[in-house]
Amino acid sequence: MNLSMKWVNDYVDLKNKDIKQFCNEMTMSGSKVEGYEFEGNEISNVVVGKVLEVVPHPDSDHMVITQVDVGEDEPVQIVTGASNVNVGDFVPVAKHKSTVLHEGKTVKITKGKLRGIASNGMLCSLGELGLSVHDFPYAIEDGIFILGEDCDRTVGTDIHKAIGYDDISVEFEITSNRPDCLSVTGLAREAAATFNVPLNIPEPSFTGVDGDINDMLKVNIVNTEKCKRYCAGIVKNVKIEPSPRWMRERLRASGVRPINNFVDITNYVMLEYGQPMHAFDLRYVEGSEINVRNAAKGEKITTLDGVERELSEEMLVIADKEKPVAVAGVMGGEYSGIMDDTTTVVFESAYFEPVQVRRTAKKLGMRSDASSRYEKGVDPLISMKCLTRAFELVEQLGAGEVVKTVIDRDYTDKTPASVEFSPEWINGFLGTDISESQMKEYLERLDFKIENGMIYAPSFRIDIEYKADVAEEVARIYGYNNIPSTQFKGVAEAAFTKEQLFLRKVENTAVALGCYEIATYSFISPKYFDKIKLPADSKLRNTVTITNPLGEDTSVMRTSTIPSMLEILSRNYNNRNESARLFDMGKEYIPTEPGKLPIEPSRLTIGMYGDNADFYELKGIADSLLKNIGINGCEYVRCSECGAFDEASAFHPGRSAVIIKDDTPIAILGEIHPDVAANYGIEAKVYIAKFNAVEMFPMAQTEISYKPLPKFPATTRDLSLICDDSIPAGSIEKAIKKAAGNILEKITLFDVYKGQQIEDGKKSISYSLILRSHDGTLTDEQADTVMTKVLKSLKEIGAELRG
Amino acid sequence: MKNELEKIHSEAMEAADSCDSIKALDELRVKYLGKKGGLTAILKQMGKLSAEERPVIGQLANKIRADIEEAVSKKMTLLKAKEQEIKLAKETIDITLPGKPQSLGKLHPLTIVSNEIKEIFMGMGFDIADGPEVEYDYYNFEALNLPPDHPARDTQDTFYITDNILLRTQTSSVQVHVMENKKPPIRIISPGRVYRSDAVDATHSPLFHQVEGLVVDKGITMADLKGTLEMLMKKLYGDDCKIRLRPHHFPFTEPSAEVDVMCFNCHGEGCRICKGEGYIELLGAGMVHPKVLEGCGIDSSVYSGFAFGMGLERIVMRRYNISDMRLLFENDLRFLEQF
Repeated sequence: MNLSMKWVNDYVDLKNKDIKQFCNEMTMSGSKVEGYEFEGNEISNVVVGKVLEVVPHPDSDHMVITQVDVGEDEPVQIVTGASNVNVGDFVPVAKHKSTVLHEGKTVKITKGKLRGIASNGMLCSLGELGLSVHDFPYAIEDGIFILGEDCDRTVGTDIHKAIGYDDISVEFEITSNRPDCLSVTGLAREAAATFNVPLNIPEPSFTGVDGDINDMLKVNIVNTEKCKRYCAGIVKNVKIEPSPRWMRERLRASGVRPINNFVDITNYVMLEYGQPMHAFDLRYVEGSEINVRNAAKGEKITTLDGVERELSEEMLVIADKEKPVAVAGVMGGEYSGIMDDTTTVVFESAYFEPVQVRRTAKKLGMRSDASSRYEKGVDPLISMKCLTRAFELVEQLGAGEVVKTVIDRDYTDKTPASVEFSPEWINGFLGTDISESQMKEYLERLDFKIENGMIYAPSFRIDIEYKADVAEEVARIYGYNNIPSTQFKGVAEAAFTKEQLFLRKVENTAVALGCYEIATYSFISPKYFDKIKLPADSKLRNTVTITNPLGEDTSVMRTSTIPSMLEILSRNYNNRNESARLFDMGKEYIPTEPGKLPIEPSRLTIGMYGDNADFYELKGIADSLLKNIGINGCEYVRCSECGAFDEASAFHPGRSAVIIKDDTPIAILGEIHPDVAANYGIEAKVYIAKFNAVEMFPMAQTEISYKPLPKFPATTRDLSLICDDSIPAGSIEKAIKKAAGNILEKITLFDVYKGQQIEDGKKSISYSLILRSHDGTLTDEQADTVMTKVLKSLKEIGAELRG
Repeated sequence: MKNELEKIHSEAMEAADSCDSIKALDELRVKYLGKKGGLTAILKQMGKLSAEERPVIGQLANKIRADIEEAVSKKMTLLKAKEQEIKLAKETIDITLPGKPQSLGKLHPLTIVSNEIKEIFMGMGFDIADGPEVEYDYYNFEALNLPPDHPARDTQDTFYITDNILLRTQTSSVQVHVMENKKPPIRIISPGRVYRSDAVDATHSPLFHQVEGLVVDKGITMADLKGTLEMLMKKLYGDDCKIRLRPHHFPFTEPSAEVDVMCFNCHGEGCRICKGEGYIELLGAGMVHPKVLEGCGIDSSVYSGFAFGMGLERIVMRRYNISDMRLLFENDLRFLEQF
């Protein structure tokens, strides 16, 4: 909403308010100012001049030399290329060192010579002042603006003042609960309440000519639920012409382009009171009857914008005898407007039910100024006042003869909204100490009535329903910043839940292991499933899908975090970051039943490439992570042996694994399949691990109990074994652990060797075992006994001591 | 004999003094003090002395021995120190050569600030609550006093899954879950992801983060809301941080406010960063609307409450002077390394 400061001063005296102060205080009382603009602020040092002489330029066919009186001792000589300047014309003169607009940009005008003749300024066109013929319909677009009688033609007068181009336009952000403030009178009321100055909105009236409207027009409201008020009147013998300067000026400052007197009047009244008005040519109202009814099935209308639209039965239309002429509250039909040869005009001022208008506008994909006001809710009791105001303006402008009698179909409920008035409750709710009389005074400034302990809201305040609504009115006039700041009472204990602590520990461990956290989008493209070679029948392809996505790339909620990680690794790779080690703590969105919400389990995803990145580096990270978060005794199996993760397709089959804890698969990790890496444009080897973080929480040993440091020394035994290459180290380790029992404190693999001195198909594998007893110093005999047992069970799986 | 001793004495002392290596000093000690050394050789002749001379010479010999020992030892300390000095000097390295890179990880700036906010509120007795991101229309809109045809729905361009299921546009949805499941007193914050159909640019992202706050109890006032937010801002931005509350409208709070924080750059004077306003909009807040309380089964004649919601990205960007929101989601390491 753009407010003309000139206009609002008609109703409330704000002339002594500095514009900055006005904007600030309006914002602080609830009408947010987005900004303000002095009209024509780009134009400076341009004054009214009178053309005294026009002679041809000796060296140019299309230029003339003018002498212009600008109210100074000597006339100013200006050379111009315009052909519409005559002696005696009053023109805008951009003097030496002035600024004007040229193609929307500010340009400086200085003295100069044009084909050898001195020119000490410039005569301006409308465009150079930032105006158009809509603002001054008698002027021409491509010539000098010759000031008409509606301007102050005193030579030397600043052009802004002379042509009424000196308003300030203030832009307000009006929230959806305050449609009444989408009007000059509404904001005038807010200003009056804010600055505590009187508000004076005169009651409109018109004289009219004799005649019975019922002989000229029939109005029938079929749906009185959706159309609660319909006021109509007629203007005969209309004279379509431009509106006077003052009206054009105000429309311009309000951001509305002046068209002609009738269109301008409807816009003027809408801006003034917030009531959309419609004016249409009676010639095109078949049978001179207006029916406000629901559209018939399949009925069509071509709206003002020239588009044919199919209506549906729940839509409300304004129809003549034959057809719809307007979509109620949204837009008029093609022929419903005012034309140059219009002789009789029907004015409509109505109240349509907000939800009705909103649904219709939305369904037709057609938002208008009228619909956006109706859908928020206009004052249901103001229709007749606005019709009257329109007629007052018609008469004031001499635009036609208003028929004295009008039609008023009224089905509105006139009971005002009322709330109990309890100053004590309000103070208790706000934490303030405002006196009852002060509260009353604030509320009365806003046109509330207080009687017998009740507050009655004015009809335009559609947002008052609860005591809290009244508290807000009091608070904003009192000033939010005058409310004290207090700390609320009561004791509350707060703590992270165990799960929150667990997930935090997971994050912190990933950081400690050298990973950088990333933030990824929750949505991906369904094509990404192909990029990770997910099988066509994978359940992960069943996604939560956005029906109105921004684009395909963000159209489905991810069922796997792996594509997100690959995307970020790829971006880093392409940005030439040599190596990366990243983690993401994010959710997956797994559909459940139709119509039900998906589950959103948290996943830890680690991804890396570059320095040191290989399978065992990643496995080392995984092991350290699991150990630190209290998940012990995990097993690694090949993806081919455990089908828990469909994303196995994204991994190198020989270099990937599933981690299993107590029969539950908790993670997948490994080298990304070269094809998948290629799909992401990564030429390096990529490693990813995905942990089912949230499912790991219940498995985690989160309680830590201190174990005494060992009292007795340990014995170390090294073991070099030889076995078939196919025997996984894991099973050797398992066998050693099982055979050694509790006495084995730690086992470390220190060498795997294949090659010279080792038979083909065999490998040498070496471990260092730390043995310790908690009952006493381990003797050599005890250690030997354990080692014998170990060797025996190793022999059973085919591993022997290397000779 | 005495003369001999004194000769040895002065000779040895001189030799010790002029000795310039540990090895020479060792030899010197052996030469004079060793079993086959000069002093011993003389002492071996003690037997030839008279009974009167013996103790005198003996005493002298012992003193000389002690003298030489001391001189040698002093010299030894000196030489060792010198040797150490030379050794250390030789070991001097170029301390401007780069250090060996260590593998360091870091949290994302969004997490860093989110954790900070969580800790501030936890200190004020707020629990951390969570809610689904894919949400029923009811929790995101309807229960928050935004019925299906409410015009304020337009201000939040919503991603829909079905007519009834959507991606939450605000963490306020968690308010409803919490109030449905817990009786007052309630004090929670809920950080999380929210979604709006905004195309990506320097200040917009279809996915961003909010932190919601909710307090419901008997006698909660708007003054309490102000006090709580002031506390938050002071802890986040320092004790001299000033905020102002501006009336605004949110369907689920009444009264509603937008909360501005005084511009860090110009301290309220008005500058380019705050677009001349002196304040920067930071969050929305208000007293929980009675309809919302009632809808969750909380008697609004007994309980009142306040709620607030802030955009995490905005706070993070302000904190680190990040001018483009896209950087937060691009995750370039050169960006991530800076926090």
